Amino acid sequence: MLRITGGKVFDPANGIDGQVKDICISDGRIVSEFDGGRTIDATGMIVFPGGVDIHTHVAGAALNFARGLTPENQRAAAPFLHSPERRAGIGGPTPTTFATGYLYAGMGYTTVMEAAVPVLSAKHTHEELRDTPIVDKACLLLMANNEIVLDLLESGEIERAKQVVGWLIWAAKTYGIKAVNPGGVAAWKWGEDAKQLFEPVHGYNTLTPANIISGLAGIVDDLGLPHPVHLHCNNLGAPGNVDTTIETMKVLEGRRAHMAHLQFHAYGGDDWHTMRSEAPRLAAYFNSQPNLTADAGAILFGDAVTITADGPWQHLLYQLTGRKWGNIDVENETGCGIVPYTYKGSNLVNAVQWAVGLELLLLIDDPWRLHLTTDHPNGACFWRYPEIIHLLMNADYRKECIKKLPPKALKRITLMDLDREYSLYEIAIITSAGPARAMGMPRKGHLGVGADADITIYNQNPDGVMMFRYPRYVIKGGTVVVEEGDILHRDEGHEFVVRPVFDPKIEDFLRPLFQQVYTMSFDNYPVEAERVHGMQVSELPGTPRQPQSNP
Amino acid sequence: MITLTLKDQPNVPLEAENLCPDVTASLTNDQVRALPVYLGKRKCRADDFFAIEGEASDELTIRGDAARVKWIGRGMTRGRITIEGNAGMHLGAHMKGGAIEVTGNASDWAGAEMAGGFIRIHGNAGGQIGAAYRGSMSGMKDGTILIGGSAGLELGMRMKRGIIAVKGLVRDFAGLQMKGGTIFLLGGAEIRTGAWMVRGTIVTLSPIKLLPTFSSACTYNPTFLRLYAKHLATLGISLPCEPQRGTYQRYTGDTSVPGKGEILQWQPHGS
Repeated sequence: MLRITGGKVFDPANGIDGQVKDICISDGRIVSEFDGGRTIDATGMIVFPGGVDIHTHVAGAALNFARGLTPENQRAAAPFLHSPERRAGIGGPTPTTFATGYLYAGMGYTTVMEAAVPVLSAKHTHEELRDTPIVDKACLLLMANNEIVLDLLESGEIERAKQVVGWLIWAAKTYGIKAVNPGGVAAWKWGEDAKQLFEPVHGYNTLTPANIISGLAGIVDDLGLPHPVHLHCNNLGAPGNVDTTIETMKVLEGRRAHMAHLQFHAYGGDDWHTMRSEAPRLAAYFNSQPNLTADAGAILFGDAVTITADGPWQHLLYQLTGRKWGNIDVENETGCGIVPYTYKGSNLVNAVQWAVGLELLLLIDDPWRLHLTTDHPNGACFWRYPEIIHLLMNADYRKECIKKLPPKALKRITLMDLDREYSLYEIAIITSAGPARAMGMPRKGHLGVGADADITIYNQNPDGVMMFRYPRYVIKGGTVVVEEGDILHRDEGHEFVVRPVFDPKIEDFLRPLFQQVYTMSFDNYPVEAERVHGMQVSELPGTPRQPQSNP
Repeated sequence: MITLTLKDQPNVPLEAENLCPDVTASLTNDQVRALPVYLGKRKCRADDFFAIEGEASDELTIRGDAARVKWIGRGMTRGRITIEGNAGMHLGAHMKGGAIEVTGNASDWAGAEMAGGFIRIHGNAGGQIGAAYRGSMSGMKDGTILIGGSAGLELGMRMKRGIIAVKGLVRDFAGLQMKGGTIFLLGGAEIRTGAWMVRGTIVTLSPIKLLPTFSSACTYNPTFLRLYAKHLATLGISLPCEPQRGTYQRYTGDTSVPGKGEILQWQPHGS
């Protein structure tokens, strides 16, 4: 029961561009009219729908491994001290669970997608998300190196693969599927990688990464999942990988897909010495493919921790840096690598990467199809998004930053020629409305009647960093969670889960396979619904109303 | 000068990073007495444990067996701390300037990740002196640590710059993963000295057991050691470097990393 009056509202999903408008909230939703309750006077302030992060890594076995691997970051990070309003935690590049919730909410973000969950560690992930307060959460299931699924794709049993994927999504209580370096992580278990889209994956006779991509994209469409296949292309980070990225887009043949952290897939050149930006070429092709969405995966200079299921890439990065390396093998499902990394403005490769992220954000015309991310914690920490927003909104500031790059880098990039400046309306699209739409969440990312009352109110400030880092108010589900510069732990957040349609008989196929190849018993494998805190199940078309059994 | 006399040994370690010249420099006696120290998770006052005299000074004298008082002089940038007795763990960790002198023994992590300043321990020291904390890229970045007695494991682990000199015996892994700086082992060391060292110099005056990944380079009398000898002489340490007395055998390694560090082993003539 809350009314926000006098604020300039930016609600792109409903076409509202800075009009002064009252917003009424009742029972956690936005309503058309309401009398009584508290009124927030937002005169002169900017009202946004709460931020939506479509690709981040905030919970689970891999992130926890990263936290343990980098005690030096934890020591240097700002602590959240225990208080009557908050649990204790530590910030930094890989914040602890409670701190993650506070930092997101403190920045005005209210929904986040944990982008990489293997079924085997889904329980761990949900337990951590339960301790990630305030924000709403959803998970993507790692699928492009799951050996049961790959075997079915190789033998052409697409229908059965679809049943298995549907079963796994519900078993892990996730929201969609993620494909990381399709085939490459399976090959990594042989010490190999999958660099060529049309060559068989090591360990398989005919299955190629292209088969996996098109197979999974088809399965996602057939299952009717709200979010398309979330694709981390092959050859991440490698010079010259733009060809692979564009080939991958072609392989999709018009099917829906979300291209994750596009910045890491837009490089030209033959090696580290000749690496250059191919953002213009990639952006031009992307602009012509209306079936695709993407997130930026921009980098910022400073300390980061790279965490990805892309095991072979992480091994290469470890060899390049000579720093720490963690490698996890997740049985038949995937792998994971962790390498702390420092992006340096003086480093030619890092300078190109920095520019590529911004170039993509400036060259892709449709803000609805490109979302702001840093692939946290890979490119930069999520709490640094305001720095990117400021770079996008202020071309003069951007040019000042370009001047600090090594002169050699300027020949490899085109950023200095780009004068586009984002408007507040466009910022609201790339931080909230666009990602909510791409995630298929009709109640997120907008301020129309019926939407979840997730609202961020900023003091208008020409300094975008200050403005977006310190919102005046943040409202989550109708509850004020940031007020007077203080974050209040008043909301636990929900988890969004989809329940695809699948034939329960698929368990008869899976059970014997499990007994044969998994270390875990089949009955202990699925995540029980009770374990998922505040679970909100999206029923898909054709889903039985009364679930017959909880796999 | 402020004098703190330990009244009773705390039963568990006392965390006392406020016993630092930067903190006490402008405080009245009452304020110094009220400085917070932590006994486990309990917040206490400094005068619960110390009898405190003097005020507003960046010279501290701590009397008594403070072996359970941790973090003395943490991050100090100036002034002087004299400990007449023993000191607990993390003495002078992260310090940037000033001087600390301990008449007794010091525990582990003394001078860890220090960036400048001077620590002299007359007795024995614990492990990880001048080292990097777990996970950090580098240990001490500058400054000097002198130890009159022996030292424990991982002396100067990942140190990047500065000088550590130990008169007594040093335990295993001296200069582990060292990245720069100089360690003087005046009383020799146990095993695995210089393991994983990338750069830097370890000088030993008595023969030590070398790792197989160090290879003999030459025998010589390096000029730079004469400068060090002059400098160390002012600190009361004599380093032989005259060609008429002997030579240094130079070993390079650790080739398993591979690294370009060096171990210089003194060989007196006629030995």
